[in-house]
Amino acid sequence: MALLDTRARDIRNLPGVGVTAALAVAFLYAPILFLMLYSFNDGRSISRLDGLSFRWYRAVFANEEIGGAALNSVLLAVIAASLATVMATAAALAMVRMRVRRKAATYAVLNFPLMVPEIVTAIASLIFFSAIGLGLGFGSLVIAHTTFCIPFAYLPIAARLTSMDAGLEVAAADLYARPLRRFALITLPLLAPGLLSGWLLAFIVSLDDFIISSMLSGPGSTTLPVHIYSMLRLGITPEVNAVSSLMVLASALVVILSGLISRRKT
Amino acid sequence: MQDHGDACRLTGLGRTYGRGASAHHALGGIDLAIRANEFFTLLGPSGCGKTTLLRLIAGFDQPTVGEIAIFGRNVAGMPPEDRPVNTVFQHYALFPHLTVAENVGFALRMLGRPRTEIAATVARMVELVGLEGMEKRRPDQLSGGQKQRVALARALAPGPKILLLDEPLSALDAKLRQRMRSELKALQRETGITFVFVTHDQDEALAMSDRIAVMQGGKVQQLGRPEEIYEAPANRFVADFIGGANLIPARMGPEGAVAEGLGTIPATGTGGAEVTLAIRPERLAILPAGGHQPGDLGPLTVAERIYMGNELSFRLEGAAVPLHVTLPRGGLRGALDFAPGDRVALRPEAGAIRLLAS
Ligand SMILES: Nc1ncnc2c1ncn2[C@@H]1O[C@H](COP(=O)(O)OP(=O)(O)OP(=O)(O)O)[C@@H](O)[C@H]1O
Ligand SMILES: [Mg+2]
Repeated sequence: MALLDTRARDIRNLPGVGVTAALAVAFLYAPILFLMLYSFNDGRSISRLDGLSFRWYRAVFANEEIGGAALNSVLLAVIAASLATVMATAAALAMVRMRVRRKAATYAVLNFPLMVPEIVTAIASLIFFSAIGLGLGFGSLVIAHTTFCIPFAYLPIAARLTSMDAGLEVAAADLYARPLRRFALITLPLLAPGLLSGWLLAFIVSLDDFIISSMLSGPGSTTLPVHIYSMLRLGITPEVNAVSSLMVLASALVVILSGLISRRKT
Repeated sequence: MQDHGDACRLTGLGRTYGRGASAHHALGGIDLAIRANEFFTLLGPSGCGKTTLLRLIAGFDQPTVGEIAIFGRNVAGMPPEDRPVNTVFQHYALFPHLTVAENVGFALRMLGRPRTEIAATVARMVELVGLEGMEKRRPDQLSGGQKQRVALARALAPGPKILLLDEPLSALDAKLRQRMRSELKALQRETGITFVFVTHDQDEALAMSDRIAVMQGGKVQQLGRPEEIYEAPANRFVADFIGGANLIPARMGPEGAVAEGLGTIPATGTGGAEVTLAIRPERLAILPAGGHQPGDLGPLTVAERIYMGNELSFRLEGAAVPLHVTLPRGGLRGALDFAPGDRVALRPEAGAIRLLAS
């Protein structure tokens, strides 16, 4: 009986597990909570709280450089996520719906950006782009971001496609729908939650990227994380905390949205 | 080849999955001519290749060997969207993001028919399958029976010449299945569309079909009208699969087939040949062992009495294999009853015993 009792064997019921887990979570999130708390500091210090205010948030919104970098980031993330979603969709359709030879190898190529250390990708991109004369700037950023966004967009799209009944496309063919209309009227609408979820994940990964962006961004194309880093070199003020907190908020919202979408309607 | 009497002609059709040592012959050497306007049934156990055959006719899959002609036209390489054939799928495959009306009108929309015509046809189809008032619902708001009707209406709406139905009733409960049987049959008669109906349920096949092809192991075992299939099974498989005949091993002697524990059954054949006797359980009368007449079989011992409401059946021992005898309820009132241990004899109806090559 005890062997069959799953509750007794559940790891959550082992002594000390709960406490350890709570500590781990606290340890992971404490720095971020600290950062958020000090973003409301009324004083200039980042280690002493002088009352609460939105002072530094006002400073962030008044800062044109931050605004410009944020715009760059969002623009880059929208373009890279969109391109990555299109490519990931094509890849997923081929991988899930067609007979792909060397499936494992294809899958590895798709997910390569997840396995290569980001600093290596960054340096390689930098060298390659200058070798072919592309140079630094927004164009290079778009190419690099699209590349590492593809695996993130791919996962939810492929998952959705796998759980989708391939018989529906067969039924559409039986009912005289030609391949393009089958895709537009059946596959695409049913894939939509996966597409949106994949796009949002790609968007957030691009928005948060620092290493590759720091190598490839040119003078006019600084992204927000790169700009925050450069602010640190001029001395740390709670303004950095405020803009960082805003980024955390944006990321959290997008990730939650993505999760909600991928869970709905399956 | 230009025989327009046939809706669908299959010649030497085969489908093999895999290659080399792992090759699996899902279908082999199928030759069938399905006539226009007939209710044609493919009947066979799970895995015998029924769905594979439908997929080949519909164009979802290509044959490894052989030819398919639809109304005299060879359809090799023709995609499903060009064949005048529609399918009611085993699991319906309704489009979940479209309403009932949109599902039913889908094919007409694809064919580029005018809106007014689509609306009129959808209304007619919805009425035909009795789903008035549900046009705006989505498939997940329908019961199994209602889904089945939508699938039927969707496949009928474009007016196919041939309708393929892959076990469309298997997901329904017994009562609904019974009603849908009559409705489908009536629908087929009214529309004159050639139905190719797949089932593994012999009652369904016998009740609805003009002709039945009994399949097993990717091959057609017997083709014929329901009466022929039931009364004159071509081989052991068909005799057993349809109606569960008693299959008794016997050996040909000078006066007929000699079966262990039963006696001699008059028949002609090569002396010494091994044969199988097929006898339907309901075509045997059961009597007390005493009044043995010439032609009676036995004596045997009652091993089990099985009461099933509308019929009473007995399992008898003493022959090479256990025998089953079934008495319909109508004949039951006057008939004798027996208990386990009783000694009985069997009197076959005239022509009830069929001799099959082993
Ligand atoms: N894609 C495939 N690859 C390999 N083997 C297959 C494939 N599709 C079907 N088969 C095999 O072919 C045989 C026939 O399958 P089919 O689906 O036609 O059976 P069926 O008669 O429709 O059975 P059921 O009554 O269970 O639906 C089975 O043995 C099955 O395992
Ligand atoms: Mg099947």
